Amino acid sequence: MDYVFHWNVVFNKLPQLLSGAFVTLHVSVLSMLIGIAIAVVLAIGKMSDSKVISIIPTIWVEVARNTPALFQIYMAYFGLGAFGIHLSPYVAVLSALIFVNAGYLTETFRGGFQSIPKTQYSASKSLGMTSVQVYRYIILPQMFRRIYHPLTNQFVWSILMSSLGILVGMNELSGETQRLQSLSFRTLEFFIVAAVMYFIITKFVLLSTSLVAKRIFKGDI
Amino acid sequence: MGISFFTPLSWNDTGFILTGVLNTIYISVLAIVVGTFLGLIVGFLRAEANKFVNVLMGGVLDVLRSVPLIIQLILFSTYIGAMGHPIDPFVAGSIVLSLYTMAFMGEVFRGGFESVDKHMVIASRSLGMTYWHTLRYIRLPIGMRAVFPSWLGVALSVIKDSALVSVIGYMELLRTSEQLISRTQQPLEILIGVGIFYFIISYPLSLYGKYMERKMAI
Repeated sequence: MDYVFHWNVVFNKLPQLLSGAFVTLHVSVLSMLIGIAIAVVLAIGKMSDSKVISIIPTIWVEVARNTPALFQIYMAYFGLGAFGIHLSPYVAVLSALIFVNAGYLTETFRGGFQSIPKTQYSASKSLGMTSVQVYRYIILPQMFRRIYHPLTNQFVWSILMSSLGILVGMNELSGETQRLQSLSFRTLEFFIVAAVMYFIITKFVLLSTSLVAKRIFKGDI
Repeated sequence: MGISFFTPLSWNDTGFILTGVLNTIYISVLAIVVGTFLGLIVGFLRAEANKFVNVLMGGVLDVLRSVPLIIQLILFSTYIGAMGHPIDPFVAGSIVLSLYTMAFMGEVFRGGFESVDKHMVIASRSLGMTYWHTLRYIRLPIGMRAVFPSWLGVALSVIKDSALVSVIGYMELLRTSEQLISRTQQPLEILIGVGIFYFIISYPLSLYGKYMERKMAI
């Protein structure tokens, strides 16, 4: 082994890497929030009895689930150019992630909603609750408990997939790593540090979400 | 603007695209087969091993699952290169992809082994079957059948993730299409074609997985 590691080069650039990590977190949080909002609408649409309405969410979900994430990012970055829409790398990756997240979460929400027996609704109605109260106190808390774990998984997945920004020149953690290593040619060191940072980020997210879960669900999840 | 009917694409490009298609299928199938085999071993060991070994193995597999595949690919091929043994992108890609698959399959199979009722194992041992007989005729068939839908889900995600091997220079479908795009300057048409290809492979299998899941639930 005649490779000499130069860690100092990496440590000098640590602020840039950290700001890249911040962009990674930023883009995945944003994609999750918007993705959830869209997924709720899509899930409601998918449960509708009308075939015309339910076809759009179905197509969205199937395309999001059955094509590679890289393909979706390319589509947003290069493909939309044919329509004269030129997205910045950040927006391209963000919109691709929103598209996938919405697709996957639609199924999660639909499954969570359908796992609550309809009889609970009528039971709480017969106890004199209004529709809003039924959803607020009976249906939504139970549903949230069931979808919490899939939601955190999807969040981790978004963090990992935002690393594909490297291919369209985005300035998130891996893109920043790529840029910095091209300036110094310490490819190995930079990517090792990036890998460690990704590991720490995902572990941190999983740990904090499980702590939050313990707190709000009081242990029974 | 938009889709034009004039295209520099010609029938001569079919061979080129076809190479990409075949390479995608080739590396995905290889990764799924090797990953399943290794995952089976890992899953079995994790279901059998004591707590200490389990934590140790879990930690290693955790790294494979919490670092983005693209970083793993770059890291591995750079590492091998820096150590003075540059290898073919295909070899590097299939090693990384197989290990990545193994990490996910290991969890799937572990769940499968643990889903087999303990009493069934005790009963078969009391009938005079050896440990290996129990494994071969009771635990494997019952456990593996239970996790088939999850196995299919992981396999499908590997087919989709195989697109990432393009970053280290393997000529799979997305990379061939990228090169065609840089020649023809018609990203939309080519990308839609690529998307349809992945969809055609993935969609029927995912439907089959859902069907099996429903069938088993009953």
